[in-house]
Amino acid sequence: MGIAFENQLAAPQLPSRPAYGDNQTGTHLPERAGSLNGVIVPEQPGKNAIEVRGVRKVFGTGENQVAALDTVSVSIRENEFFTLLGPSGCGKTTLLRLIAGFDFPTAGEILLHGQDIAPLPPFKRPVNTVFQSYALFPHMTVAQNIGFGLEMLGKARAEIEARVAQMLKLVKMEALKARRTSEISGGQQQRVALARALAPQPKVLLLDEPLSALDYKLRKEMQIELKRLQHETGITFIFVTHDQEEALTMSDRIAVMSAGKILQVGTPRDIYDRPAERFVADFIGETNFLPGTVVSKQAGVATVKFASSATISAGYPEGFDPTGEVTLVVRPEHADLVPDPAKGTIAGTLANIVYFGTDTHYHVKLDGGGENFIVRHQNSRSSPVTYATGAKVGIQFEEDAARVLKD
Amino acid sequence: MTTAALSSVPLSKAALFEAQAVKISARRNRLLSLPALLIIGIFGVLPLIIICVYSFLVAAPYGGVQWQFSTDAYLNFLFQRDIFDDTLQFTPDFLIIYLRSFLFAVVTTVICLLLGFPTAYFMATRPPAQRNWWVLLITIPFWSNLLVRTLAIMFIIRDEGLINNALIGLGVIDKPITMLYTNFAIQLGLLYAFLPFMVLPLYSSLEKLDFRLIEAAYDLYATRRQVLWRVIIPLSKPGIIAGCLLVFIPALGAYVTPLILGGGIHLMIGDLIAQQFGSGRNWPLGCAQALILMTAVLVALYFYVRNTSGKVQHG
Ligand SMILES: Nc1ncnc2c1ncn2[C@@H]1O[C@H](COP(=O)(O)OP(=O)(O)OP(=O)(O)O)[C@@H](O)[C@H]1O
Ligand SMILES: [Mg+2]
Repeated sequence: MGIAFENQLAAPQLPSRPAYGDNQTGTHLPERAGSLNGVIVPEQPGKNAIEVRGVRKVFGTGENQVAALDTVSVSIRENEFFTLLGPSGCGKTTLLRLIAGFDFPTAGEILLHGQDIAPLPPFKRPVNTVFQSYALFPHMTVAQNIGFGLEMLGKARAEIEARVAQMLKLVKMEALKARRTSEISGGQQQRVALARALAPQPKVLLLDEPLSALDYKLRKEMQIELKRLQHETGITFIFVTHDQEEALTMSDRIAVMSAGKILQVGTPRDIYDRPAERFVADFIGETNFLPGTVVSKQAGVATVKFASSATISAGYPEGFDPTGEVTLVVRPEHADLVPDPAKGTIAGTLANIVYFGTDTHYHVKLDGGGENFIVRHQNSRSSPVTYATGAKVGIQFEEDAARVLKD
Repeated sequence: MTTAALSSVPLSKAALFEAQAVKISARRNRLLSLPALLIIGIFGVLPLIIICVYSFLVAAPYGGVQWQFSTDAYLNFLFQRDIFDDTLQFTPDFLIIYLRSFLFAVVTTVICLLLGFPTAYFMATRPPAQRNWWVLLITIPFWSNLLVRTLAIMFIIRDEGLINNALIGLGVIDKPITMLYTNFAIQLGLLYAFLPFMVLPLYSSLEKLDFRLIEAAYDLYATRRQVLWRVIIPLSKPGIIAGCLLVFIPALGAYVTPLILGGGIHLMIGDLIAQQFGSGRNWPLGCAQALILMTAVLVALYFYVRNTSGKVQHG
């Protein structure tokens, strides 16, 4: 697909990793995506593009007060594809608007390259936005829209024209440059919005669910295009989505938000494999939750006892001290069925088998009760054992499969 | 075969029915537009024809017309027949009144636009629940007659009026400032009378403005002034055009305001025409003056609309 990521080159230990564009077919994108983005961007202290420090944003007064952002702190590195992921109304747009300067924080500060940007109006911030609604100027052509930012910056006409031509080529809109923005399709409008925001070469590009209105195929194409653009331009992207799959496949790092708070920040693999809280685990991918009791702990690994008196070692989030009753999280693909119930860490009865083509989900009714435990099996021609509903089975965990959750 | 025949029957029936429906709806459309055509014909075209015909007749001594063709009315607009030797002499009196009226109307339009735009913008940026109250406030003057309101202005600005009394009372001045029966009074009256006609169309187009576009422009480094000139004004152009027309045309033909506040000394076109039908007893001249005014407005309108719509297209 011609999308040679830098981090891909830096990761020779993963030679068979699929190229980005080939990664669009499976029903269980998460773990493959995790491996795609698995290489962690190295920490570069002092190289933060954006720093959000203790930002609160309260809308309304008196009884109608809504804390859209409740003391949010996060650092976004230069040249990073950073995603804000969370359900509707969790404050993603609000955070972008504060960074762009359309709203002001009730408390806290936002730094751009180490400088407080509170006194800067939107037109003085080297930050551009791709609006969820595109917000293209209807009284201008495609080319005029793209050139608007440069024109406002007072660039020379020749420079503007060259840059607009370059941008038109980048988003493959050369043929339609003289059209009114009302005379092009939704996907084309989206690309124009992108080109318009990219043309002034901002330090930071804010993208507010820019793909949400597109059909599946176009969205996939645009995801690739966006990733390519980010790679080619070296601009810091802050990308908003409530689509977990999109977040996992595209991001260098993800911040999972809920109800005005950032719950966890990490690489897609961090977020997926090592969720810190129940909300994060639940929001991203399918998850099993298991109750247990902490018996002992040592160096970030706790020994947890189940009701069946079987024990398992499970990692826990940094800075968290698990004691007593805890909840463990296990991803469906990190567990395996064994025909002999006695050989499993936990045991139960097969309640349901759901075939998905690429893989099969086994719903196990645990002996200790509670929610059904789901085990995901990748299908292959030579699946050794076939299971039948109603059979007694054991469940084995892969190493490091279980994690202790914070709540 | 049978199925084909069967399906073709209802099909053709449907087609027939559709054709009939089209015919009926066309007839109904014509029928529905009849009242509008009648109104335009009776109240618009017919009077115009009468005015046109009368302007080419001879004035009867005590008002009305004599049925005798003449172009005197148009000649009289610019010339006066010498009483003694019957030659035509150029008298620009009427022309001056026309030009002055145009000036009044232009100044009124410009000032109304300058005052009305921020007002309309303010209204359009209020929370939706508040906006209707603002519209209501703007329309309050319409609740009473223009004549009454003009007389009220008279009481405010006359020598013993509110303003002068207040200023004298405060010791700012010791002799009243003469405002009534001046050009200033007419201008003030026109502004007052026509401002709402500017604000309302401006408001209706600003209200439809997508304010996210303004944020987008700010985001793309446009300063407040640039946002105004490059985004807000181009997008509210329909409102600006409508407002300017709604102010300029009636202001040009204003009658009550200059009559009362100008005191019959400073005439405008409206008063001039009215005079021909009253004390002047020269109906053909009045008709000619009215037609000349109309032609001038149409020509001005043509260039105005052509200019502004052209600008919209070039962004
Ligand atoms: N101007 C406003 N006035 C009052 N409340 C607001 C305003 N803007 C946002 N909110 C509230 O703040 C919260 C966060 O809104 P925000 O638009 O940031 O959500 P979001 O995460 O972008 O959601 P979505 O995914 O639906 O776009 C919501 O509860 C919303 O109702
Ligand atoms: Mg949003």
